[in-house]
Amino acid sequence: MRALTGKQKLAWVVITVVVFVWSLFPVFSILMTSFKTQAGLFEPQLLPPEWTLENYESILAPGGSAQGLFLPALRNSIGISLIATLVAVVLSTFCAYAIARLDFSGKRLILITSLAVSMFPVISIVTPLFNLWRSIGLYDTWLGLIIPYLSLTLPISIWTLAAFFRQIPWELEQAAQVDGATPWQAFRKTVVPLAAPGVFTTAIIAFFIAWNDFVYGISLTSTSAARPVPAALAFFTGASQFEEPTGAISAAAIVVTVPIVIVVLLFQRRIVSGLTQGAVKG
Amino acid sequence: MSFQAPDAGAAATATEQEQQGRTRSVTPGRKGRRSDRARSENRLGWMLAGPAFVLMLAVTLYPILQAAYDSLFSLRLTVPDDREFVGLQNYGVVLTDRLFWYSLGVTLFITVVTVLIELVLGFLLALAMHRAITRLRGIVRTAILVPYGIITVVSAFAWFYMFDINAGGYMNAWLDWIPGIDENLNWFAQRGTALFVIIASEVWKTTPFISLLLLSGLSQVSGDLEEAAKVDGATSWQVLRRVILPNMKAAIMVAVLFRALDAFRIFDNIFIMTNGAQGTEVLSLLAYRTSIGRLEIGLGSAISVLLFACVGILAFIAIKGFKVDLAGGKER
Repeated sequence: MRALTGKQKLAWVVITVVVFVWSLFPVFSILMTSFKTQAGLFEPQLLPPEWTLENYESILAPGGSAQGLFLPALRNSIGISLIATLVAVVLSTFCAYAIARLDFSGKRLILITSLAVSMFPVISIVTPLFNLWRSIGLYDTWLGLIIPYLSLTLPISIWTLAAFFRQIPWELEQAAQVDGATPWQAFRKTVVPLAAPGVFTTAIIAFFIAWNDFVYGISLTSTSAARPVPAALAFFTGASQFEEPTGAISAAAIVVTVPIVIVVLLFQRRIVSGLTQGAVKG
Repeated sequence: MSFQAPDAGAAATATEQEQQGRTRSVTPGRKGRRSDRARSENRLGWMLAGPAFVLMLAVTLYPILQAAYDSLFSLRLTVPDDREFVGLQNYGVVLTDRLFWYSLGVTLFITVVTVLIELVLGFLLALAMHRAITRLRGIVRTAILVPYGIITVVSAFAWFYMFDINAGGYMNAWLDWIPGIDENLNWFAQRGTALFVIIASEVWKTTPFISLLLLSGLSQVSGDLEEAAKVDGATSWQVLRRVILPNMKAAIMVAVLFRALDAFRIFDNIFIMTNGAQGTEVLSLLAYRTSIGRLEIGLGSAISVLLFACVGILAFIAIKGFKVDLAGGKER
């Protein structure tokens, strides 16, 4: 890389700052809102006139006004998203392995189907599922959300993993066998280490998608038995009927955002490669 | 999990696949010789890929068929016994309803505007990520990824509170130097300003996705070509137009296709910000409110099927128009 002039360096710093502000400002804004007191909420300013933790207490502390709404939703979201991610990753690993490694009729069909499924308008599926789930008792249950979440997580998992697996030099496995390893050893020692980062990246992306869902969440649940966080946020109510739950919503939004941001910070390189490989290299 | 190869023969099969994998088609003449092996491979392939495939179909194809069936009945969950076959009447009702066409218009408007803005913005961000000096590259990329990780509903609330004058929205105070904006402007009380905030939040949340796709397109443009063009005296603008953009056509098309289909299904932020009031009704919201809200299953199913058809048409136009071979598995 050529050495940069002082001017160019300055330009890059400016660009970086602009990108930074653009990306983080709304998050910062809702963080500030979460520290405002009920009175401070009506002041039209970014920083809280008076700082408080009462919003966090209301959603997390025992006896908090929105605690009964938030904590079960958090538990539901974590549980349902993790299970949906796990199932999707296991199934799509098998599927992508077959696509990358084996020659069988219908490979193309599977890839096209998963692409079509990922383009599906969720709202079109939700009405029939709503009816079906009500008649077979899956409405407002964990399983009733895990199954539809698979339609969100499976397609992208198959595409990203197939792209990852295609780049694995499978000849290594054979070379290991020639050197005397058993087929299982060869697979475990050569393929697994190369495939693991791809599987892991896919899991993160799939989890993001399940965690983000809103339509299934509000349509297929009615109580805290299964309602996930995004849906619960929309149903927050204030301490009194005339009080907007702005503060509590903001605090809850921050609580569910922080882990995601940490994951993004830790794994940004892998997430980038996973997303771009799956989508463009197909 | 284990994919244990049963014997040494399997390893040989693997090599053969590798070669075929590269040519990506089975030479017809060889079919007979390898039919046995091919059959067992076929079976293994379906055994591994089948569960995911069946599950995807079960979760999406079955419900959409059910919706198509339900749309032929007059069916309200409030009076479930009153189920009556009405043929295509529900479609007639929907297609002659002004609100349907209006929501379709709003949906298309949001789709076109967000995709256009995101394409420009995403390209600039991709350039920034691509060209950033090494020390800043990680920071830039991390920052850009943050909106991608944020839940859409959270982003909707963040933007809503920034602008809502009843919840400490400070944007009026910040922007009051712009003509037309004063401290009493209620952004969510009229269509234009409400759509502005909705589009802004959508753009903020989904630009990272498009810019990542464009970034991978950018990295496929060979630096040599750019250098050569510069040596020949081309300006940066000419290099961009004549060398960079044509060479990343595929990435641009994929990005536009994915984002357009995604934007067409917009729901979360509108539900949070206006719930369809002030003329911000979109198709997804209309379908949701008809079936889940008012329990008009027959009508709602008809809207769902129409929305599905719209997305299908959009995808078809995009794929044909762009000539993208998405499942072709081209190794680039």
